[in-house]
Amino acid sequence: MSPEVKPDFLISTEGLRFDGRRPDELRPIEFKVGVLQQADGSAYIKQGKTFIMAAVYGPRELHPRHLTLNDRAFLRVVYRMATFSVPDRKRPAPSRREREISMVIANALKPVLFLEDYPKAVVDVFIQVIQADGGTRCAAINAASLALADAGVPMRSLVPSVAVGKADGTLVVDLGDEEDKYGQGDVPMAIIPTTDEVTLLQQDGSFTREELVEAMQMGVQACKYIHELQKEALRRAYASRAPAEEEDDDYEDDLETDLGEADLVGEDE
Amino acid sequence: MGDYSAEIISRIDRNYIADLLAQGERIDGRAYDEFRPIEIEYDVVSAKAEGSALVRMGGTSVIAGVKVLLGEPYPDTPDEGVIMVTAEMPPLASPLFELGPPREDAIELARVVDRGVRESETVEVKKLCVEPGKVVQMVFCDVYALEFDGNLIDCASIAANAALLTTEFPEHKWENGEAVPTGNKISVPLKNLAVEATVAKIEDHLIIDPVLKEEMVQDCRITMAVDEGENFTAIQKGGGAGPMTLEQVDQAFGMALDGTRMIRELIRSTAKERE
Amino acid sequence: MAVYFQKREIVVPGQLLAEGRYRPSIGTYDEGGKIFASLVGLAELRGNTIKVVPLEGVYIPHEGDFVIGTITVVAGNNWKVDIGGPYIASLHVNNALRRPYDEDISRYFDIGEVIAAEVIAFDRSGGPFLTIKGRGLRKLTDGMILEVSPSKIPRIIGRRGSMINMIKDRLRIQTFVGQNGRIWIKAPGSSIMRIAVKAFKMIESEAHTSKLTDRVAAMIDEELAAIGEILPEDEAEAETPEDETEAASEEVAPIDEVTTTEDVEKEETPTGDETTSSVEDEIREKENDTEEVKEE
Repeated sequence: MSPEVKPDFLISTEGLRFDGRRPDELRPIEFKVGVLQQADGSAYIKQGKTFIMAAVYGPRELHPRHLTLNDRAFLRVVYRMATFSVPDRKRPAPSRREREISMVIANALKPVLFLEDYPKAVVDVFIQVIQADGGTRCAAINAASLALADAGVPMRSLVPSVAVGKADGTLVVDLGDEEDKYGQGDVPMAIIPTTDEVTLLQQDGSFTREELVEAMQMGVQACKYIHELQKEALRRAYASRAPAEEEDDDYEDDLETDLGEADLVGEDE
Repeated sequence: MGDYSAEIISRIDRNYIADLLAQGERIDGRAYDEFRPIEIEYDVVSAKAEGSALVRMGGTSVIAGVKVLLGEPYPDTPDEGVIMVTAEMPPLASPLFELGPPREDAIELARVVDRGVRESETVEVKKLCVEPGKVVQMVFCDVYALEFDGNLIDCASIAANAALLTTEFPEHKWENGEAVPTGNKISVPLKNLAVEATVAKIEDHLIIDPVLKEEMVQDCRITMAVDEGENFTAIQKGGGAGPMTLEQVDQAFGMALDGTRMIRELIRSTAKERE
Repeated sequence: MAVYFQKREIVVPGQLLAEGRYRPSIGTYDEGGKIFASLVGLAELRGNTIKVVPLEGVYIPHEGDFVIGTITVVAGNNWKVDIGGPYIASLHVNNALRRPYDEDISRYFDIGEVIAAEVIAFDRSGGPFLTIKGRGLRKLTDGMILEVSPSKIPRIIGRRGSMINMIKDRLRIQTFVGQNGRIWIKAPGSSIMRIAVKAFKMIESEAHTSKLTDRVAAMIDEELAAIGEILPEDEAEAETPEDETEAASEEVAPIDEVTTTEDVEKEETPTGDETTSSVEDEIREKENDTEEVKEE
C-alpha cells in the first residue's frame, strides 16, 4: 500500500528529515498498558505508523518439560509479524528473521528480570506486529517490558529501546521506514536506564567508530525519553486503581491491613 | 473455538452451567439467542493493509487485515481473481493456545471462515481479473485472534467481512503487456455478504455465541453462514462429537437466521458510518 | 537516609525508593545501598521496612495459604492439583483420607473435582504440597467458582474479614476465598449469585480505592432492591424471601470459611431473620476469634 519509491532526499537542505523531524526527534509514541484481557500482562505501542501488541503469560508451568531450568524461569519470547503488517503480504510461516529477532529481544529483556524468583516456570512474551513501519524490534521491546511489568513479573527496570541510523550522512534517531530502507545504516539498541548498560546492540550499514559512539550516545538520550513515556503509561494504567489523594485515613488503615499483609507475616519481625 | 471439551473444566463449573440452563439462564445472564455486544473498529492497519477491522465480541477480539496483490490466475480459472481467508490462533490470545504449527482447531477455524466467504460468492472473482491468463488481483484476508473468550468463528467472520467491505486498492489495467495502475482506487467487488452464527448445544439447550466456559461444556456446536438472500451457504458441525436431532438443527437454523440478519445490518451500518 | 516516594504513591520497576538503612521487602530490591521498586504497585514504609504492594501478578504459593484447586491427575497415592500459577500442587493421600481407604483413590477425588485445601509446604526444591485435613477443607461439589486476580484477594477479604462478611451478611451466601484468586460461592438463587459475582468483580476492579466497603454495600442494596429482595438489616422483621428459606434449610454447616493467615472466622448460619444488633454481635465475636487465633 505504501509507495515503494526512493525519496529524492532523506535530509533536506534545512537539515530536516524526510517526514519533517529533526535528527534527534522521535516519532509520536503512544503506549497503552492492559489491553488484552486474557493475558497476565499486556501493552501496545504505536510509534509513528508502527503498531505492536505484546502479551505476557506467566510465570506459568513450562511445556515442553525439557526446557526446564532448575534455578530460574525460562524466558520465551516469540516475535511475529501479521501477514498484512508489511507492503507485500508476509508468508504466514515463521521466518528466520522473526526467530532471530525473538532471540535478541529475549536477550534485551533478560538482564532486568528476576527470573530466579520462579525456578522451573516459564515467562512467555508474545509479540504481534500489526503494522510495521520501521523500528519494530525496538518498539516490541518497549511494549514487551511494559507487558512484563503489567503481569507483575519482578524486574530491575523497564527497558527502553530505539534505533539510531544514518541518513544522507546525518545521524538520526528512531528510523522511519524510508530511512531504514534507503539510509546508510541502522543501530538498534536497548538500555537499562538505571545503569545505562546496553542490552540490545545490532548494526548494519556503514559507520565509523566515531559515528557509532555518537549514535549510541544519541540512542541513550532517546531511550531515556522513551523510558519516561513508559513510566507514565504504566502509572496512568494503574492510577485508576489507586486510592484517591484527598481521602481520609480510613483507607490507610485498610491499606495496611488489607494489602499484601498476609504475605508479610513473620517478615516484619 | 475448538474442541475445548477436552480441557479439564471443573465439575463445579460444568454443573453450575447445566443447572442454570435448566432454569433457562446463562452464566452471563444473556438470553439463549442473544449475542454479546459487538464493536467494530475500522482501518486499524491503514498504512499497510488495504482494508482492516478490529472486532470485539465481549471478551473475544480479533483483527483482520486485507492485502490485495497482483498475481497469476490459476490455470483452471484464467479469468478469475483469487480470494482467500485465513485465521490464526496465536498464543498471545489465550493461555489455551499453543506455540507451533496450527492445531486442528486452528485449521478448522480458518477453513470455516474461508468457506463462509468463498461459498457465498461474496466476492465476484471475475471482476478481479486484469488480463485473462496473465494477471489477476489476489485478495488475502488474514484474521488473528487477540483475545479468546469463546466463539472465535463468528468474531472472525464479522472481522473478515468488515475488512473486505471497506477494502480499497489501486485499480490496474492491461497496457503494452503489463498491468499498470490507473490511478483509481476501487473496492473489492462484493455482491453478497454472508456472515456466520454459531450455536452451541449443551444437553438439550441451544445457545448462540457461546463464551469459553460454555464451549468447554458443550456437546457440540453448529456454525452456519447465511447470506443476504437468507440462504445458508456453509454449515459446520464441530466442537465436539455430540449428536443433534433434526429438530435441534432446525431450531439452530432459526437462531442463525435472526443472528446473522442482525450482524449483517451491523456491518453495513458501521461501514457506512465510517465514510 | 532518605525516602523518595510519597505516601501511597504508585511506583514502577526501577524507581528509586530510598537510600540508607532501610530494609528492602516485597516488591523491592537493594543495589549498592539503594532500594528500588521491582514491581508496579503502592509503595509503603512501615518502620524501616520498604515494600511495594503489588497490584498484579500470578499466584505464588505460601505455606498456610488456603486455596481452591482442581484435580488434574490421579496417580497412585497422590493427586495433582491445579491451583493456578506456575506450580502444580500435590495432595498426598495421607493428607486427605483416614485409613483404611480404598486402593483406587479416584473414588474419593476424581479428575475435574474441586477441593478447598491448605498449602502445607512449598519451597524451591518441591511442592507445593496440600492438605485437606482441617476445618472447612473438603471437596466442593456445588455452587460456582469465580476467578479474580490473586493480588486482589486481601481486599476481597477486607480488614479482619470486613468486606467478605459484609457481602455474606447482605446476600446470605456461603463462600470460601482461596488465596490463589478463586472464590467459591454458593448462593440461594441465580439472581443473588449474580449480585455476588458483581460485588466481587467490583472489588477486583476498584481494589485500590477507598471507602470500597461502603460502595459495594450500596451497590448490593440497590441490586437487592431492584430484584425485590429484602435487606437483612433494614427489614429484619419482614418475611423471609423464598430463596432464602431454601438456603437456610440447606445449610448444613459446610465450608463457610474465609481464612487468611491472619483471619480465621467461625462458621455462621445465616437464618434470614437476624436483627441489626445480632449481626454486629457476630462480627464482634469474629473479631474476638481472630485475636485468639493470633495469640495461639
